[in-house]
Amino acid sequence: MTIKVFVPQDSSAISVGADQVAAKLQAVDEIELIRNGSRGLFWLEPMVEVQTAEGRVAYGPVSCADVDSLLASGLLNGAQTHPLSLGLTEEIPFLKKQQRLTFKRAGIIDPTNLDDYIEHGGYKGLRRAITMSTQECVNEVKASGLRGRGGAAFPTGIKWQTVHDTPGEKKYIVCNADEGDSGTYADRLQMEADPYGLIEGMTIAAITVGADKGYIYLREEYPHAHLRLNEAISKALDANLLGDNVLGSGHNFDLEVRLGAKSYICGEETALLESLEGKRGVVRAKPPLPAIEGLFGKPTVVNNVLSLSTISIIFEQGAQAYASFGMGRSRGTMPFQLAGNLKHCGLVELAFGVTLNGLLNDFGGGSASNKPLRAIQCGGPLGTYLPESQWDIEMDYEAMAGIGGVLGHGGVVAFDSSVNMSEQARFSMEFCAEESCGKCTPCRIGATRGFETIDKVRANIDREANIGLLKSLCNTMEGGSLCAMGGMTPYPVKSALEHFNEDFFLPAVGDSTTAEDAHANASSSGIIEISIDSIKKAGTSS
Amino acid sequence: MIANTKQQAVLHAIDESKHLEGALLPILHQIQHALGHIPSEHVSDIAEALNLSRAEVHGVITFYHSFKSKPQGKHIIEVCRAESCQAKGGRAIEAAVKAKLGVDFEETTDDGEITLEPVYCLGNCGCSPAIKINSQIYGRVTKESVTDLIDSLKAEQH
Repeated sequence: MTIKVFVPQDSSAISVGADQVAAKLQAVDEIELIRNGSRGLFWLEPMVEVQTAEGRVAYGPVSCADVDSLLASGLLNGAQTHPLSLGLTEEIPFLKKQQRLTFKRAGIIDPTNLDDYIEHGGYKGLRRAITMSTQECVNEVKASGLRGRGGAAFPTGIKWQTVHDTPGEKKYIVCNADEGDSGTYADRLQMEADPYGLIEGMTIAAITVGADKGYIYLREEYPHAHLRLNEAISKALDANLLGDNVLGSGHNFDLEVRLGAKSYICGEETALLESLEGKRGVVRAKPPLPAIEGLFGKPTVVNNVLSLSTISIIFEQGAQAYASFGMGRSRGTMPFQLAGNLKHCGLVELAFGVTLNGLLNDFGGGSASNKPLRAIQCGGPLGTYLPESQWDIEMDYEAMAGIGGVLGHGGVVAFDSSVNMSEQARFSMEFCAEESCGKCTPCRIGATRGFETIDKVRANIDREANIGLLKSLCNTMEGGSLCAMGGMTPYPVKSALEHFNEDFFLPAVGDSTTAEDAHANASSSGIIEISIDSIKKAGTSS
Repeated sequence: MIANTKQQAVLHAIDESKHLEGALLPILHQIQHALGHIPSEHVSDIAEALNLSRAEVHGVITFYHSFKSKPQGKHIIEVCRAESCQAKGGRAIEAAVKAKLGVDFEETTDDGEITLEPVYCLGNCGCSPAIKINSQIYGRVTKESVTDLIDSLKAEQH
């Protein structure tokens, strides 16, 4: 009798030694080793699980050096005496408090084992979709209230309706898997842990709108996801879940993974389409909408990995079941990704409406460094930096937009008190300059002028005039850029200026400057006193 | 002989992917993977096969960070510069790697062995800070651990 032991084959788990742990456990005769995806509890990776009669028990973070002592203390019986014992996996508070729908299979199944997927509810959604009319399928998506999880939050059902209603012999389904937003990893986790969930969702989309070809545009930085997707596609093809006459439905659907080439802007849907066509990833003006003239000029559904994966769940469980989660116009669940300086970084899928404080403290466990948290960037590199006074915000699209924030793809990056926010503002402009596609002037030139101006402010050159110039530049970029890259780069910059103005008085003294070093230098040289005076002056004059 | 091999790699990539919709990126990926760069003398082969101008192909090669016009080091070290890693001391890791290698980003060590590249997020933000050496990602790195990793990379060469 062999015992099932699970060691994630997830990129993050591998980055901290999961392959070595797996190799060592593989050598034990009684063990049937399964390389699952990650449950998303990254501070515990590599997290080893053992199947017991009571359920799966977990141990972590396990290093190679721990394997012998774990085995000696009764790992194979699920004994919980070892210091790395975590008890029943499902009872770990970080996991137990979540509402997992999109990620319900992540870390539980063997990612590319089709039987395992089907046993856990897989392909029920597609089988149901086949029995419905295409308009009923569109209505189901509309009724679920699903909005694009890539960041723009456009209602998915409306997008599908447009493609459905646009006549055309050739239509495409494109999955945006170019998860470039720093601080986000939910797409990667999903594709590595549950690739069929995405494939099924794309197949439902194809049948609904009448497309016979799909592309997953995957960022090159995700080689493990690439392998997993290709393996799953090939198995799905063999099982007639892709290809000609899918499950006898009369619909054909071919699916192919295409790799990006390290360009952040290709996460913007029209740049992505250009890139898929083999061109420079230059943003297109809209209209025409991709839903009407998309890939190679054909009607195209472009959806994010999480949106499409959630489609399988909506069709499996019903639109109403999904829509019963959430608040206001933000229906369903959102996979938040805790990153940066937190004790417990990981994936938290919850109904919309949890507060940021709840995420940071109840899940994140506070800062990893034990210094106080100071700034939180939500929604990727184009997201606003939020000061502590805003952390009671309820995380839904409208509430976030109401304070000028961004929910985006659900990234939450925490910074402790050592952060120098003028450095972060400068980085935002620098990143935009690096990644701008170059099509429109406010973004292409504005970003470079932006970090140059921040440098002048930090060097105390004509401070007030340059801050005025920077704000004016931010307004030009926001109002005059073609896409979100130039249009939103000002968000982190302006929020840093507004909420962390004191950091713009810190001298820049090289790459490794922390606010603490800089504050120390500044107070010894009297800069802080001057700065506080001028803040007061600025405050009274405005 | 070397020129011949290069030509073969280019023609092989063209042959294998020419039939695809939007074939240029798949072809460039394959050449980049086989040769470590896209030799400028073969841009015309690619252009001709796809009925594009050389300028169009050149434009695509230079747009994407993945495609290189010049040979790179035998090993590629990528250091994540994005926010999650910054929040966990990524700037100090950057500085340590640069100091250890004696090169800046987009540069190759004098012996031609190691090229240093910035990367904007490896999707490893649950285990920041992160770096990538060739195809392997390393999470929760420290100044000490990256120095050790570079040492062992150098030891492999001798």
